[in-house]
Amino acid sequence: MTLVLDIRDLDKGFTMHHLGTKMAAFAGISFQLHAGEFLLLKGRNGAGKSTLLRTLYRSYLPGSGEILFHSSHGVIDLARAADVDVSFLRKTEVGFVTQFLTARPRVSAEALVAEPLRLSGVAAGEALEEARHWLDAFGVKRALWAAYPTTFSGGEQQKVNLARALILPQRLLLLDEPTASLDASARAALIDRLAELKAKGTAMIGVFHHPGDVAQLINREIDLTPETQSQEEREDVVV
Amino acid sequence: MTVVTLNAPQFVDTKPLLTARNVCKSYGDVRALRDVSAVVYPGEVLGIVGESGSGKSTFLRCLNLEEVPDAGSYSLDLPDVQGNLFDLDRYARRMLCATQIGIVYQNPHLGLLMNHSSSGNVAERLLVAGERSFDVLRDKARDALDASEFPLERMDAPPSELSGGMQQRVQLAKAIALEPALLLLDEPTTGLDVSVQALVLDTLKRLQQERQITMVIVSHDLGVIQTLSDRVMVMRHGQVVEQGLVDQVFQDPQHSYTQQLVHAKL
Amino acid sequence: MSLKSLTKTWEPMSYGFLDASAKREIRRKMLKAIAVPGCQIPYASREVPMARGWGTGGLQVSCTLINPGMQVKVIDQGADDSVNAASIRKFLARVSGAPTTMNTLEADLIQSRHRIPEEKLREDQILVLQVPNPEPLRPVQPNMSIARQMHADADYGRMWLQLYEQIVRSGRVMQGASYPSLVNGRFVMTPSPIPRWDVPKMDMAAHLTILSAGREKRLHAVPPYTRVEPLVFDDVPYRVEEHAALTCSRSGARGFFMNEIPQGDGTSTYEVSDSELGVKTIRCRDGEAAQVGETWYKSGEMV
Repeated sequence: MTLVLDIRDLDKGFTMHHLGTKMAAFAGISFQLHAGEFLLLKGRNGAGKSTLLRTLYRSYLPGSGEILFHSSHGVIDLARAADVDVSFLRKTEVGFVTQFLTARPRVSAEALVAEPLRLSGVAAGEALEEARHWLDAFGVKRALWAAYPTTFSGGEQQKVNLARALILPQRLLLLDEPTASLDASARAALIDRLAELKAKGTAMIGVFHHPGDVAQLINREIDLTPETQSQEEREDVVV
Repeated sequence: MTVVTLNAPQFVDTKPLLTARNVCKSYGDVRALRDVSAVVYPGEVLGIVGESGSGKSTFLRCLNLEEVPDAGSYSLDLPDVQGNLFDLDRYARRMLCATQIGIVYQNPHLGLLMNHSSSGNVAERLLVAGERSFDVLRDKARDALDASEFPLERMDAPPSELSGGMQQRVQLAKAIALEPALLLLDEPTTGLDVSVQALVLDTLKRLQQERQITMVIVSHDLGVIQTLSDRVMVMRHGQVVEQGLVDQVFQDPQHSYTQQLVHAKL
Repeated sequence: MSLKSLTKTWEPMSYGFLDASAKREIRRKMLKAIAVPGCQIPYASREVPMARGWGTGGLQVSCTLINPGMQVKVIDQGADDSVNAASIRKFLARVSGAPTTMNTLEADLIQSRHRIPEEKLREDQILVLQVPNPEPLRPVQPNMSIARQMHADADYGRMWLQLYEQIVRSGRVMQGASYPSLVNGRFVMTPSPIPRWDVPKMDMAAHLTILSAGREKRLHAVPPYTRVEPLVFDDVPYRVEEHAALTCSRSGARGFFMNEIPQGDGTSTYEVSDSELGVKTIRCRDGEAAQVGETWYKSGEMV
């Protein structure tokens, strides 16, 4: 199996300057992830599940350790990769799916969904067609495609968000509770799409409130709750 | 504070379009810029945030060659553009600014002839670059205004008769008329109504995506920076205190000043 | 040798009115202006017994150039016999002893306000034009220090912008007189308030033109055989006044720049603006011996 991610002794904490304190989120995390694998992050609230996802995406800057990403261009340590390299990989190989849509004023749902494709170099017309396909698949009503998602309900926004986040096959996909606030049919569409991407070789790391939703996809689980992980001494404590 | 040093680019092998190094500028005893350095890659948007007096606008004026710093270097990776641009003479500076650098000021009076027609304001840029056909001037001015989502039926109205949002669109059209390599934006939406601000931001975002324009945008409004930028540089007292990917700096600010700034965001 | 033989006897005024140092300065500035065609050269601009704005710049140049062997012609708006032209001509004759003439072909030195004669000038003739405002950039750049930098950088985009604005607002170029023109491909000058009709006469002309502004203390020159191109867009041709088809009601001359004479019934008649040309045409018609020289325009077309 092709190795996609090799995480070695990863550590993240936050310094809160106004309190003069530091807070550890997690430490000493090590694991590997292969192409087509689905890894579930478990742990109670505050165990650092989302923090880990964001650290892998480099929205958070890790304290120490390595995130060796085996990209199609070679191996790179995302923990210390140059910003431009991270931007570049986000456009082409690393995806992040949240439960919130960052809608922009006056941008239609279909344009928003097509954007990742266009940025990766797909022609505008083709990207739009693909976008409509996925809006349809996630159950967004046809009448809303050309409308601005800023005004959509939370559920509809989330469907647009998923269509956008999953339109482009990635090498690594980070899922931060994407099923929250989804109706049953959209959830089914999401799982179909994830299964499809997984079969194509996308490696996935997910955080789910109800892991049962994706039970059939899960290959492995990591529990971040401190006492269950021997290598972790840290708690959500002020050090 | 621990300073995190990132590796040199590994996959992105294009050279930065803009490289500024150790730019220093003092006004009397006031040190407006202390060793400010920045790189911007082609197609990238760099945001610069900081409070009033942090030096961010001074730095932008240096990049527009309006201000000559006391020390430092500035280069653009373009054909026929060599050496430290701060050393250029007035003529070379003017030609470079006219053809390769577009700017949108917060105050439209700085960028526009308020009593000339809007299309004429755009045409001026083309005239400086040597265009001498009336029809071509007219067509190109119309195209640039259209791309800036300016209502074309008003293209011959003087900016003095237009609203603030429309004046910014004329400035933008003028700035992009020659398809510059670099677009500088100095608080482009400050002072506009919220709704108008959103429209101007949207236009900027769309233009950036369609044309892959390299931009440097200065604003004290974190929302504006977040919407437009790929990377952000945080300035305080004439120094860069932190820089990084815009989501990283705003979600996981490292420097105490950046944390204050992010926490103060509405 | 006595001291007396080395000195001149006292005279009430210097030859040509201006003192020797003033004339020397103007001569130097004229040489400079000829060396850099179209470039405005500052000069001291002395007092002359005439109010600023009445042609003091042209008069100082004429006073400097004049000598008793020259025939002087003075025109005001095409006419030799207007009060201003007559006064200046009389003054020049009095301070220099030079003979005067109205005939363009005979004149060696022609001082003119707002017209270039219709008959072609020769290499041995000098035209002195009176200029009220020598700075073509003034309408677009009120700050003269910056305007000078713009000249240095050949930064003339704003001049075309002015034309653009006129076409946008009025459908055509509205600049009537003082049409900005590029000299020798380098400096934009104002050719003094001559009509558009006269500007093409300057292009590659055989004669020397000196343009002098007394109040503004600047002079510039168009040396013989120098390119003078009115600023135009590539696709909007330069147009002179539509006088080609008009006929002079007094002389019958046709195809020259005309003065419009409004009539009581609301119509207009026209008479040729170059008065001496009109006089010659009438003389020819009446069978008198008068020679009309070669003209710049033939049948209303510039040749």
